[in-house]
Amino acid sequence: MAFFLETLFGGLMAGMLYSLVALGFVLIFKASGVFNFAQGAMVLVAALCMARFAEWIPAWTGLESKALANLMAFAVSVVFMFLLAWVIERLVLRHLVNQEGVTLLMATLGITYFIDGFGQTLFGSDIYKIDVGMPKDPVFILDSLFEGGVLISQEDVVAALVAAVLVAALSVFFQKTGTGRALRAVADDHQAAQSIGIPLNRIWVIVWCVAGITALVAGIIWGSKLGVQFSLTTVALRALPVIILGGLTSVPGAIIGGLIIGVGEKLSEVYLGPLVGGGIEIWFAYMLALVFLLFRPQGLFGEKIIDRV
Amino acid sequence: MFYRENGQFKTSYRADQQIFAIAQDRWAIVAIVAFAAIGVPFLVDEYLFRAILIPFLILSLAALGVNILVGYCGQISLGSGAFMAVGAYMAYNTYVRVEGMPLIVALLSGGFFATVVGIFFGIPSLRVKGLYLAVATLAAQFFCDWAFLRIGWFTNNNPSGSVSVSDLAVLGWTINTPVEKYLFCLGFLVVFGLLAKNLVRSAIGREWMAIRDMDVAAAVIGIRPMYAKLSAFAVSSFIVGVAGALWGFVHLGSWEPAAFSIDRSFQLLFMVIIGGMGSIMGSFFGAAFIVVLPIFLNQVLPALGAMVGVDISTATVSHTEYMIFGALIVWFLIVEPHGLAKLWSIGKQKLRLWPFPH
Repeated sequence: MAFFLETLFGGLMAGMLYSLVALGFVLIFKASGVFNFAQGAMVLVAALCMARFAEWIPAWTGLESKALANLMAFAVSVVFMFLLAWVIERLVLRHLVNQEGVTLLMATLGITYFIDGFGQTLFGSDIYKIDVGMPKDPVFILDSLFEGGVLISQEDVVAALVAAVLVAALSVFFQKTGTGRALRAVADDHQAAQSIGIPLNRIWVIVWCVAGITALVAGIIWGSKLGVQFSLTTVALRALPVIILGGLTSVPGAIIGGLIIGVGEKLSEVYLGPLVGGGIEIWFAYMLALVFLLFRPQGLFGEKIIDRV
Repeated sequence: MFYRENGQFKTSYRADQQIFAIAQDRWAIVAIVAFAAIGVPFLVDEYLFRAILIPFLILSLAALGVNILVGYCGQISLGSGAFMAVGAYMAYNTYVRVEGMPLIVALLSGGFFATVVGIFFGIPSLRVKGLYLAVATLAAQFFCDWAFLRIGWFTNNNPSGSVSVSDLAVLGWTINTPVEKYLFCLGFLVVFGLLAKNLVRSAIGREWMAIRDMDVAAAVIGIRPMYAKLSAFAVSSFIVGVAGALWGFVHLGSWEPAAFSIDRSFQLLFMVIIGGMGSIMGSFFGAAFIVVLPIFLNQVLPALGAMVGVDISTATVSHTEYMIFGALIVWFLIVEPHGLAKLWSIGKQKLRLWPFPH
């Protein structure tokens, strides 16, 4: 039982991390109908920027305080992600308005490759560390209930908390602020939003920027777990089934989907994996998503897909 | 000046409908194929065969298959690498497990099994489309990566996980030297190219294009979406599977699943986008471009760097390659969605009028 709970918690925490990446996808899809394949590349480049500036700033300025250096690196990374969002809107999205979803998807594939190459040329392609002082030691909880208790990693708990705060903040942003309302209006109908005077281009920059910051947070958390390296881009591929499951347009869907996928992956790996040779985590999530697609293409919380001629 | 159709009168429907309606085109193609078969083996050294020509031929074949699915039927697929893997591994299994199996039959059986897998993973296309379908095909990619790595049966229980074939021979003709491999692949490419060209201009090809342009409207005028989509998946994955089998058997010789990873899928998709979606010719252009560009950059960039006194490492070259690919994809999608093939046909159109443009 304790072992089951441990796996379950592990899965929930991993799922929280997936949903962090999935959030970026959902934000952009909601506001612009673009399925942003480049989210993984954005996670990588944000994490690289953060890691390198956290190294460079103390080296340049002789700064002693690590927290301050991290804070400055974070600020620089935010500015960097903003610039990236602006450039992408300016050079790519603006020219592809009103194109089909598939064309936009392929364009973001191109953006992915470009950002991968560009980020690594700029910041180097080794494995870097991000140290924002996340607690590393695992702790035992519930040891009054079970013998030995349940082992969970503090790092995961912090990450899950950060993800929860981010989601709450985004919900408030979407529901309560004027910009958030404008974003939702654009998501509903480009033309109608434009006709009441919402500047489409600025909205897109904002939403890509918000997605960039989400990517930065995800990058910091994943980066401090795994180290900042090229394989971070595969995190995005792990997050794809999450949004299919949760629905492409739903923020809560991203969270719930992430939790389901996280738990499903871990439990299947532990209980099903040994039967077929292990390593089934990655495709299990996809198969789950595939089955879902067949029976409920819009996902758990997505809007119903309606075809009109 | 010489590229004119003046005086070429069509007197029958047959003549009007042929693939290359203009005599100059017809002769040019015959000349190119003849040159590729007879001239090239005398002119080119072994390195070029190995590094450029053989990969180019096989990848064009794969791009041709992907183009049928993505370019003609409009069903985006990110799982082409998986279908190549199915082709390669199943061809290997039929070749090794069945005594006295002829090579060509083994290769085609790879295509057959890829077809089966392709149809299976194409079933979601009946319910979903566009980016949802892309995710469904990714499932194929990850599942196949895993299956060929972990299930011992596919690799003949080879402990290292990699498989290899040797002593390829067709009807007593052994295929050992690069020239022979090249000719073997060329034969496949010509046959499949002709087949694909004829398929896309027949009734079924028109059905695919109708589905691509608007599937609901196509269904309304009486095209069965299920039949059209699944047949596109079948034909495409057959060709991609055969290409995968060739890639394993002829080009690599021994391989492991990493040879058909998701990067291969992206590479094939990029070939189709850059070369031209919905164009047989485009598949060749795209494959040539993507095979040659990295080699070109590897040669040119360090030389350029040396000129201005900067030392350019191989890592930088590969990052530059990524950037150029990414930028080109976006550029083509914005400026010329029909890719290099469109540029080619614009060029031909101009040539018809040259030197009197009015």
